[in-house]
Amino acid sequence: MLGGATPGLPGLPGASAEQRVQSLNASQLLRGSAIEGPNPSAHLEGTELERYVEERMLTTTLDKAVAWARSNSFFPLAFGLACCAMEQFHAAGARMDIARFGFEAFRASPRQADLIILAGRVSIKMAPIIRRLYDQMLEPKWAISMGACCSSMGVFNNYALVPADKFMPIDVHVPGCPPRPEALMHGVLKLRKLVQDNPDVGWRERYDAVGTEESP
Amino acid sequence: MAGVARVSPTPTDKETLSEYRRREQSITLAPVEEQIGDSDGGETSHELLTLNFGPHHPATHGVLRLLVTLQGEIVRDLKPIVGYVHTGIEKTAEDKAYWKVIPVVERMDYLAYYFNSMAYIGAVEALLEVEVPTRAQYLRVIHLELNRIASHLIWLGTSALDLGAVSIFLYCLRERELILDLFEMSSGQRMHTRYFQVGGVIEDIPAGFEQKLRKFLEIMPRRADEYGAILNSNEIVLQRLRGTCPLDADTLLGLGVTGPLLRAAGNPWDLRKATPYSSYEHFEFKIPVGTVGDNYDRFAVRLAEIYESVHIIEQALDGLPEGPHITGDRKVALPPRHELATSMEALIHHFKLVTEGFRVPPGEIYYPIESPRGELGCFVRSDGSSKPARVHMRDPSFVNLQALAPMARGGYIADMIAATAMLDPILGGIDR
Amino acid sequence: MPDATGLELLAQELGDAAIETVYFRNRATIVVDPAHVRSVLTALRGKGYAFLASLHGVDYYPEEPRLGVIYELLDMSRVDRITVKLRVPTDAPHVESVTEDWPTANHQEREVYDMFGVVFDEHPDLRRILMPEDYEGHPQRRDFPIGGEPVIFTRDESKWLESRE
Repeated sequence: MLGGATPGLPGLPGASAEQRVQSLNASQLLRGSAIEGPNPSAHLEGTELERYVEERMLTTTLDKAVAWARSNSFFPLAFGLACCAMEQFHAAGARMDIARFGFEAFRASPRQADLIILAGRVSIKMAPIIRRLYDQMLEPKWAISMGACCSSMGVFNNYALVPADKFMPIDVHVPGCPPRPEALMHGVLKLRKLVQDNPDVGWRERYDAVGTEESP
Repeated sequence: MAGVARVSPTPTDKETLSEYRRREQSITLAPVEEQIGDSDGGETSHELLTLNFGPHHPATHGVLRLLVTLQGEIVRDLKPIVGYVHTGIEKTAEDKAYWKVIPVVERMDYLAYYFNSMAYIGAVEALLEVEVPTRAQYLRVIHLELNRIASHLIWLGTSALDLGAVSIFLYCLRERELILDLFEMSSGQRMHTRYFQVGGVIEDIPAGFEQKLRKFLEIMPRRADEYGAILNSNEIVLQRLRGTCPLDADTLLGLGVTGPLLRAAGNPWDLRKATPYSSYEHFEFKIPVGTVGDNYDRFAVRLAEIYESVHIIEQALDGLPEGPHITGDRKVALPPRHELATSMEALIHHFKLVTEGFRVPPGEIYYPIESPRGELGCFVRSDGSSKPARVHMRDPSFVNLQALAPMARGGYIADMIAATAMLDPILGGIDR
Repeated sequence: MPDATGLELLAQELGDAAIETVYFRNRATIVVDPAHVRSVLTALRGKGYAFLASLHGVDYYPEEPRLGVIYELLDMSRVDRITVKLRVPTDAPHVESVTEDWPTANHQEREVYDMFGVVFDEHPDLRRILMPEDYEGHPQRRDFPIGGEPVIFTRDESKWLESRE
């Protein structure tokens, strides 16, 4: 073990003494040997080694790990249209703190955001602009429709409004007029669970829309 | 203003979109003669750049679009474009019974929801000539002033956010949570509470409301002191606000501006004092008035109004009379639930009111009140049926927005952002 | 508000321009001829009503002339309000713009144009303010349909999905 390139660890030609010591310590940790001492304890083999490793390491698929990381670090787009935006502020405030889940980084630019929370009523003048914002966001991206006005038509069932489902895919609808900050949190946490359970790479797979990309 | 091009006034249907876009651009077309601080003797020519502060922007309060013509960093002209959150509230209101219009109209100016409903209900009560009991009037005043404080807190938070003082935003939200707790106690909802009804308020305040309100009234002035102290000792905020974008009272009056903007310019016009409504004449309060009319005065006037609102609520709470919380006229207000079991007339009234609603005699009326942004008026036309024939809200932000262009001309972009913040536009009210 | 007699005297002073006076719930209204609205407003400004509080439109649908424009004036020194009303038919909806004298009328006249179709001559920039620029129709008129989406219940969901195929 000592004094040679250990299996699985790259033996750097110009590796310094500290690096070799660190790599040896890591392999000894994995293998179950004591780090200090002139006589390291016997190597564990077979099922004991497996059990020892399982107690100390977590294995998962790369998809799941990435999905976990993505779900815990949404960057919401700072986008408030009307009254629901006031409750969105309160969700980011100190009492119903959205930062304890990791979502406090409200980005102003759609290029840097991955979650758009449509807070408020979407009028026909605003709909193409929101669609353009959604298109500017980079994959993977999610959308929450907050409030009754953008989920369905809400209080105002008239000529001036568009329900958000008509022009962009929405993942979670949060009802309410306006929904309490706790309700918005519930919606965001539902989205988080959705992202964790179903790791995905884009809305086109989710909505059976593969092949609808615009040609460059 | 030199170089203003007048476009043809009558639009045609065959006008193409590009023609429209050409007219939509800022109308300052002539090259600018005077050179600002030009050190090389006027040799370089200055181009005018039209920049679009699009509807999605972190510093515009809501979906306001500004077309700004810049010479360097100096704003030469400004054109606001609105309509991005137009909800057709007035059209929806024509389709519903009078009491069902109240939640629709409340969602117009979404920070001053009690004021929207007060203006509309005041108009309907004037048409019906129905008496509102004093207890209901005092309760209305309490909720209106609490809403004024809440609206000013969001204004303070978002303006400070625009100017860079980010922590004030979280502090203001903390106070606003207390106010929304109070609203939830009295009506069950935090925002858009439908608490005011025609003839009074929908329910009396519960036990415990008064204690909680008094505790809040103790804290609020101290917190307002803190916020004032933080911002007044912040050199950056002071430099951005002092002396920027002044506008005199005569220009503002010509533009139809009322509210804290007009009071900051020196004109002490306040509808609560001039034409008192809903028993405001029983309370003593001062009107904060500014001197110079720059951004700092607008900020100071609104901050001082918070203290005055606290004072009004204290007086209203101390003098709250006993009595009914809604008018006894059963043709207009629902009878109390316990009467439905015993009285046949109460049952019939309840049925008529809930299914069809009350009928209002034909007529037109305009009822103005003082909202946190200025004169909020409601025009109601009734044709004798149970649905209004026209409801129009004269929103203060819609009219105040016209003052943004004169305020921002000649200043830097940063001053324009500060002016927008101090203007306190609420796009829900502008677009209705 | 000027009381009823004051209102009558005012109407007499305005002469031909004033068609009718209405005194309702202690509020005074003068109905004027659309051709003279600007001179009427200037005359009222001379009497002290120097603040135009609101400019809005109404559609009196079955009655002709259909479109009404209402001007709310305020006298700040005497705390007095007066309303000026005019009515124009739909086929000739031209009213002279008062933006030169009252700058506050700029956006408000644009809104009346957008919502009702009343064309204000001599307005510096008359185009739609609330609706998209290429929108057809004037939404606030009484015969404009309210629009909206049908409400889809879950029990009807299969029908709705079928119709989308």
